[in-house]
Amino acid sequence: MRRCFLILAALCSIALLLALCSAQELRVPETSTAGDDATVSSTGSGKGTLYLVGPGISHKSDVDLGEDIHIPGKDLHNAGAYLVIVCSSSCESGTLYVTPAKPYSLAFIVHPSRVPVGRNNSISGVAFPFDQYRNLIRAPATVNFELNAGKESLLSQSDRTQQGAAWFRASSGRSAGTVQVNASVDDISAKRAVQQVASDPCNLRITGGRTKNGIEVQTEPVHDCAGNPVPDGTIVTFTGEGPQGKVTVDAPIKQGIARAQMEAKGEETISVASGVVMGNELRIGAQP
Amino acid sequence: MKRILPIVLVVATAVLMGIALARPGSARGIVGVEAGTPMAGLTPKASSPEQAINNLLGNVQGRHWDLAFEGVSKTSGIDEAAFIQDWKGSDGSLRAFSALEGFEPRPLHITNDAAEMRVHLHWATPVGPMQDVRDIHLVREGDVWRAVWPKVQIPNVPAQVIPVTYLRWDLVSGSSEDHWGSRNVDAPNVRIISMNAVDTAEGAVVMGEVVNEDTIPAFVTVNATLVDAAGNSIDEESSFDKIDHVLLPKQVTPYRVDFPNISLKNVKNVRMDEKASLVPASADPVIGVMNQKLDSDAQGKAVLHGDLFNQSGETVNIPHVIAAFYDGNGKIVWVADGYVDQALLPQSSEPFAVEIPKSMTAKIQNFHVVVNQYSLGRS
Repeated sequence: MRRCFLILAALCSIALLLALCSAQELRVPETSTAGDDATVSSTGSGKGTLYLVGPGISHKSDVDLGEDIHIPGKDLHNAGAYLVIVCSSSCESGTLYVTPAKPYSLAFIVHPSRVPVGRNNSISGVAFPFDQYRNLIRAPATVNFELNAGKESLLSQSDRTQQGAAWFRASSGRSAGTVQVNASVDDISAKRAVQQVASDPCNLRITGGRTKNGIEVQTEPVHDCAGNPVPDGTIVTFTGEGPQGKVTVDAPIKQGIARAQMEAKGEETISVASGVVMGNELRIGAQP
Repeated sequence: MKRILPIVLVVATAVLMGIALARPGSARGIVGVEAGTPMAGLTPKASSPEQAINNLLGNVQGRHWDLAFEGVSKTSGIDEAAFIQDWKGSDGSLRAFSALEGFEPRPLHITNDAAEMRVHLHWATPVGPMQDVRDIHLVREGDVWRAVWPKVQIPNVPAQVIPVTYLRWDLVSGSSEDHWGSRNVDAPNVRIISMNAVDTAEGAVVMGEVVNEDTIPAFVTVNATLVDAAGNSIDEESSFDKIDHVLLPKQVTPYRVDFPNISLKNVKNVRMDEKASLVPASADPVIGVMNQKLDSDAQGKAVLHGDLFNQSGETVNIPHVIAAFYDGNGKIVWVADGYVDQALLPQSSEPFAVEIPKSMTAKIQNFHVVVNQYSLGRS
């Protein structure tokens, strides 16, 4: 409530000052670049007062009428419309529109951070160019996107920003590993990394035999359909069916292979699965 | 007249004390006093099988191990240390954190010299109340009845070195100075692969399975919301402990969400919501589930029982079994779980049993068991 009252009072003061503006003339440039000095010329003579009201700033200083009034660049960091008011016996005003400076940094968001190999349109990224004062550059700018998996180039394209944003979509490659994603505007660039990981296991096969403690089964090296080794730690479920009942072991892949021990004396039929992928079946005879 | 009232009060107090001492098994939940504390020489003589069981379990409840062991026949072949371990648990097992809250003995068969008693034991545990049933054989030795306690098979783990290719995922958070979007690591990708909703006597139950499709471990919770015909939410519940929360890559877990006192008749839709977050995890220990069979227990209840075999070199303090049951078409029809109250030592086995409702037994054609585990001092 108190804040509203203060804002209302400030607006009333500005309106009053504007109403009094009639005597001297003020020439304000239409645009300026963020961080650059701006010059306002005025007519008349004697001392006056400059009021500068803009995004995130309000400033008051004494000026000499009839001379050029310099507004320092440090007061014009934020892009947007500024109201310039000069008062002596009366007030005069003009609007200065500050535009962003040249690209200085690039906010670059890439999704996802991990992606299985061989997925269509699974990698996306969006880039936002900013100037050195963190103003979003909404004027069209050309952003170059590059995706490289080792020496393989997955994507190289240029896009114009629309309302300050440019984006891409790309498919993941066929090899597991890191994909370097690069976005650049002029000499500014930002790099991100996407981890390409193996997809679901393919041709899951097990071998095994009897040991003195029961049955030991193990997978052959587990790969996806593109030949990438499935990461260690992936769970492989071994299920045995026999006269003693059912046996289940969830074993993690270690060094490319998952192993399990099963306590079973009778004939066993052992199957294997990883996630929703099934493998082969293995029959092992009863303990002699 | 002045003397009659104090005399009546003293006599009534003595009678009440006598009744209380004669029924140690019924002493429950006494605040500030150890339940069932006997006074030396005042424990009633075990002149009947019921009295012998009451004395023994009353002393177990009060943790008077010497007195309790006096109620065990010397022919049992069990020493006091093993008897105590049988009741107290060890190695940070669930039993070690539990207390015998009460018991209900029932005679099964009694002759002049031997008796068979079935005791329902009520335990208070950190994971909620648990029921246990034990059949205890008693013999008459002179004029006293004593329990024949079966020899407890305490796993004897020999000193050994078990090589482990240690596999673990750690989580490193990026520093706060990183640029926007430069160090994001996505949450794991998990998917509900099956879901079914059934009505039970206790209420509606939503169950199914969820898989971690990612290459990193995930901490998973499943929430379900029941929605009526008007689109309003009736109730929202989570799977709580009826799920294996930490899923390694490609691991599948059953889940069950209970909605007590709600009928599916009023439900038009069920909204499922699975949440997954990054979590540090270890691929060990590996626990095999051996000798799984559908059977009936001593009370005639349908159970899935089997043995858990710890294939790793570290102790699993509290094993937790979650089982999914399927019909002939592979549709999930029930999810049940159970805790094992003994610790699972390295390279050793412990039996487990999971109860199945009678209404489900006819439908069940297949099942899948996963083992969740809690180990002290580990994330």
